[in-house]
Amino acid sequence: MTPKSTTNESVGPLLRELAPQVLGALARRHADFAAAEDAVQEALLAAALQWPEDGVPEQPRGWLFRVASRRLTDHVRSESARRRREDEAAMSVRDEEVEVERDDALVLVFMCCHPALTPPSAIALTLRAVGGLTTAEIAKAFLVPEATMAQRISRAKQSIKASGVRFGLPSDLERAERLGAVLHVLYLIFNEGYASSIGSDLQRTDLSNEAIRLTRALHELLPRDAEVAGLLALMLLTDARREARTGAHGELIPLDEQNRKLWDKRLIAEGTELVSATLARGSVGAYQLQAAIAAVHDEAKRAMDTDWQQIFALYGVLKRVSDSPAVTLSHAIAAAMVHGPRVGLELLKPLDTDPRMAGHYRLDAVRAHLYEMAGAHARAVSHYLAASERTESVPERNYLITKAARLGPNKG
Amino acid sequence: MRYMLMMHAPHATGEYQHAVWAPGEFEAHMAFMHRLNRALTDAGEMVGVEALAAPVEAKIVRAGKHGVPAVTDGPFAEAKEFLAGYWIVEVEKAERAYEIAATASSATGPGGVPLNMAIEVRRVMAIRPPDV
Repeated sequence: MTPKSTTNESVGPLLRELAPQVLGALARRHADFAAAEDAVQEALLAAALQWPEDGVPEQPRGWLFRVASRRLTDHVRSESARRRREDEAAMSVRDEEVEVERDDALVLVFMCCHPALTPPSAIALTLRAVGGLTTAEIAKAFLVPEATMAQRISRAKQSIKASGVRFGLPSDLERAERLGAVLHVLYLIFNEGYASSIGSDLQRTDLSNEAIRLTRALHELLPRDAEVAGLLALMLLTDARREARTGAHGELIPLDEQNRKLWDKRLIAEGTELVSATLARGSVGAYQLQAAIAAVHDEAKRAMDTDWQQIFALYGVLKRVSDSPAVTLSHAIAAAMVHGPRVGLELLKPLDTDPRMAGHYRLDAVRAHLYEMAGAHARAVSHYLAASERTESVPERNYLITKAARLGPNKG
Repeated sequence: MRYMLMMHAPHATGEYQHAVWAPGEFEAHMAFMHRLNRALTDAGEMVGVEALAAPVEAKIVRAGKHGVPAVTDGPFAEAKEFLAGYWIVEVEKAERAYEIAATASSATGPGGVPLNMAIEVRRVMAIRPPDV
């Protein structure tokens, strides 16, 4: 036993690391993934209560496995039995006896991010089963009641059951598609945290760190997969700017106005190295390209030093690899920076008839920005205001209204 | 996406006039609401739900002189409807919010007939910057 001084903070990371190992070993033995997942969650909760007080057991993985196994087989579970302290027998499994197979964690990620699941369900289940977070922690991170989050997790597990997917790696045939779904879920988790790093929502930034941790683990399991490396690089290069992205009151600070001294150089270096290495191997994917673009932004000491020529070229490639309205918007901005706002505005035209863009505020926001660049202030104002009415984000609305006010007839 | 569903009850037939409802009718109404709330939680969509006390207690407050609250009775007596309660739901699409609102609107009243209350559906903004 380690000394009693062990705190909750030091137990948390250990539990999160062990969670997928124990679940993998348990799920391989027992056919019922849903029940195994519940049992591991109960074991984690028991550990979170006991370890900080009693100290971390000498065989922590064995302890969790033993407790989870017993929960799984304990058909008669009275409340008092549930609450009783785990006895010494719980420590009779040695860590080495828990058969951790390298692929287990990978299998778990593929299961939790199964395309049969809705994104909110996949996100919740991934954070719990792979990330080792508790339902309460996940609920808090997403600002929903615990009962709601518990239901999302339980529905996710029902979907897995209904899909008939076995505890095993996907076949080579469906691997690419399934990995795409995994990366998308990890990206959504990252975004959820990154987009909310302000004020009372501070604890939510943990989601970005959690997404980075999970993607890092996936990168270790699949070191030669260029898109996994690309996603990890994209997260690091984006996360590097987190401190500079919002002001003291949560107001949005656009890239060209950020205090670049606040950018995290260590993250930028790591992300740049990662993406350079994959691109050097001749591989091109959407995440790698986005990471490469982020790297170009990050390496400019001042906004005016940004190599827009290169960013414009990279968006051109990205458009061919994965065409989406969001890419077209960014491509148009880069074009405006290189060839002037009129060229950018021209590139936006096809989006007017793109059903994926219909009614989306971002088209108005970008148009406003380009009209402002072109000196057409009245048009810019009307597009800024149109965008401000449709965004879901309060800081962004405030930013757009402020932009309109600065250009409008009443400008000071 | 998060939406607030605001239930506007008519002054004449709203649930707060339940004293004039036949026995069991109010219970049926509340049972309907409990089922709806349960279903929203089970679907992983419920973010919050509150019922508001009867408008007879309501006040309208404005900033008065020297920071003293200026309090008057309210809401406006001539208003035909009042806010009876609200839900906040998290859904994938606006259409789903409309569906939930329609269900809430069909809560039963006297004679087991749906009240057909007006439900105002508004998007809730996020106190956070936009996604990357």
